[in-house]
Amino acid sequence: MITDIIKASVAASAIRLATPYIFASLGETFGQRSGVLNLGVDGIMLLGAFAAYYAVFETGNLLLGVLAALIVGMLLGLAMAFISVTLQAEQGISGIGVYLFGLGLSELLFQKTVSTPTPIEGFPRINFPVLTDLPVLGEIFFHHNLLVYVAFALVPISSFILNRTTFGLQIRAVGQNPEAADAMGISVARVRYMTVMIGGALAGLAGASLSIALLNIFQSNLTAGQGFIAVALVYFGAWRPYWVMGGALLFSTVNALQLQVKTIENALGINVPSEFAVMAPYVVTIITLIFASKRVEQPTALTKPFERGES
Amino acid sequence: MPEHLLPTGHRRIDQMRMQGIVKKFPGVLAVDHVDFDVKAGEIHALLGENGAGKSTLMKILYGLYHQEEGQVFLNDLPVVIRSPNQAIQHGIGMIHQHFMLVPSLTVAQNVALGMKSSRGFLLDIDMVSKRIRELSEIYGLQVNPSTPIWQLAVGEQQRVEILRALYRGAALLILDEPTAVLTPQEVDDLFRILKQMTADGHALIFISHKLHEVLAISQRITVLRDGKQVYSIPTETATKETLAHMMVGRPVVLHYDLRPIEPGPARLRLEEVSATSDRGDEGLKKVSLQLHAGEIVGVAGVSGNGQRELAQVIAGMRSTSSGKIWLDNHDVTNHSPAAMNQHGLSHIPEARMTDGVIKNFTVAENFVLQNHGRKPYAWGGVFMNFRNITRQCKTAIKDYEIKTPSHETPIKSLSGGNIQKLVLARELSRQPRVLIAAQPTRGVDIGASEYIHHRLLEERTKGTAILLISEDLDEILALSDRIVVMYEGAIVGEVKRDQADIRTLGLMMAGSKVPV
Repeated sequence: MITDIIKASVAASAIRLATPYIFASLGETFGQRSGVLNLGVDGIMLLGAFAAYYAVFETGNLLLGVLAALIVGMLLGLAMAFISVTLQAEQGISGIGVYLFGLGLSELLFQKTVSTPTPIEGFPRINFPVLTDLPVLGEIFFHHNLLVYVAFALVPISSFILNRTTFGLQIRAVGQNPEAADAMGISVARVRYMTVMIGGALAGLAGASLSIALLNIFQSNLTAGQGFIAVALVYFGAWRPYWVMGGALLFSTVNALQLQVKTIENALGINVPSEFAVMAPYVVTIITLIFASKRVEQPTALTKPFERGES
Repeated sequence: MPEHLLPTGHRRIDQMRMQGIVKKFPGVLAVDHVDFDVKAGEIHALLGENGAGKSTLMKILYGLYHQEEGQVFLNDLPVVIRSPNQAIQHGIGMIHQHFMLVPSLTVAQNVALGMKSSRGFLLDIDMVSKRIRELSEIYGLQVNPSTPIWQLAVGEQQRVEILRALYRGAALLILDEPTAVLTPQEVDDLFRILKQMTADGHALIFISHKLHEVLAISQRITVLRDGKQVYSIPTETATKETLAHMMVGRPVVLHYDLRPIEPGPARLRLEEVSATSDRGDEGLKKVSLQLHAGEIVGVAGVSGNGQRELAQVIAGMRSTSSGKIWLDNHDVTNHSPAAMNQHGLSHIPEARMTDGVIKNFTVAENFVLQNHGRKPYAWGGVFMNFRNITRQCKTAIKDYEIKTPSHETPIKSLSGGNIQKLVLARELSRQPRVLIAAQPTRGVDIGASEYIHHRLLEERTKGTAILLISEDLDEILALSDRIVVMYEGAIVGEVKRDQADIRTLGLMMAGSKVPV
């Protein structure tokens, strides 16, 4: 049936499109859990996307592209950590600074190097023996590129790190009560640097997943604000990796529907103005955030710089 | 103790000595050449007003601050303690006044925080829990390792703090105002544990400004004032009067002469008032209360049992879900704070720095916060009359003995006691018919507290109806004609002042309904 095919292809593309959201919002989860709100995710994604794209454009080596994105992301994370942790700048403002920096620099570098959007050979879709050939399920689950699987694998890994390791306990303590963590001999600054750098690396990877796996191209403002949605997803997912993944899938589904809106319209014989389709993810963002009220894990020290009280 | 080991298996600290300690903050000499020592098996109390340097001295010992001069010795060996981590390694633990616990984490997770795990980077919560149970066994500190901290009562949270210090091998434990938030029964419990710990060979430092507690628990007392060590004495020879004198630097009245007054007509009436708390549960449950002219009604209770909601509901800062509030026979239920003011209500809010003043405003601006648009502070309700504001504010500064460089100083640079005096001056300047005083002396030094108490008693004599909400039972007992006790949002009992005894009040504060 035609509708089944549409459903399968919408589901498959939803899973693919969730990749950048998952990478970026998992990374942001680490930072926020430790008390640092990094609004610069989108900018880091853009520079990560460009770094990966350029590395692949020049060398054709995909792993080199991934590595470039990770390193660029981590360096921007380091910068964000330096501004917000060491210099104790207002986090919201410094994040916007990082975003504008990433937006501008990625555009500039692109113009100075490749300058015209040139497609590259990105991560190929994997063909699993037997599984890929399954009807419907094969298309939905077993015919994606490597980064898609890496992103989904990171969800349980992040959850494990946060909940079962000493580092995770330190992250949660620093985000909830930095004074207590400090009194217990934990370096608040060290923990925050690490989480923000992890967040940066994953944001870079999120960018790479767009430029060398999903779209296989780079252009100015490639992410179109996906990094900001990733930040919103962290709130939506109440700082829990699995819920964050759920949010990412919800949004990527809306994205997928929007991309296939013409096919669906034809199949169902209706007509939706394209502006509405484009608006949809953002409207859904706002609506879900209003209703996402579970706040148990909200880091109470979020956006608050820590300084040992000298009073 | 032949091997100098404690029952927890850690090494004893036979003696800790601080010598000639000096610590400066910008513009202040916080600690000025202080010597202090404590031995295994004793409790040495450190007494002093806010800002006397007690906490600063102890934070130096715990590695949170670093001294400019002086030396710390452990068992006669000089040591340098650069961080809490190093303090812990030396066997020094500290129970902070504001508990250093992460509310969303469990007891065991809080204890494990910052410790090396036996499983490397993986958490070993089961091992930690087992050890917690062993330790709670030794000291009778009942606590379930898997309960999240936010579900625990304050007294239990303190037990977690003590357990954690013991877990980490504290042989010397600093307790910073440990009784401030406890009920009398919880204080008894704490003292039992402290006595057992000293009998075992722990060395304890007990920071407090409550004289009777210091006299009850310690072997030695050192008094600090303005960063200087002014008095050191064995407890058996100390008296309340000399200690208070030493703390404040002048003789202090410890008991007030409360002349009986025939209470006048009811000024404030609450009829089965309920309200929702910030957490969304029923913070105030059908509270009925009458407040008469010329009487002080004390509201006792452990923090967080509806006192805050009660004050806010009366002041118009929180809406009621049911019930009625009457001010002088006007129905003022759910009126705005401004309307309440118009009806003659004054309110000294519990959260002084957020609800009482605007931190960055000057003393004068804060003084006219409510009346800035009225005569004599404004012309036609529009243009501020700075001459009058200045004059009235200067009078208030003089009358209320507010220590401030000028009326144009930002209020945040004043001490807690002086800020509170300004709030009091402002609220009383409107000649209220009803006064709600919520925690009027919290964080205020003895000298200023005494002054505020005298002012409240003066208001009582004038015939103002006063509701005194306080967590400090001594304050309630010293000033109130009647005492009501709140527990979980409801009034669970009422006693007359001359029939009040601290045991019964304590039991009611812990929730038991005592027939009175």
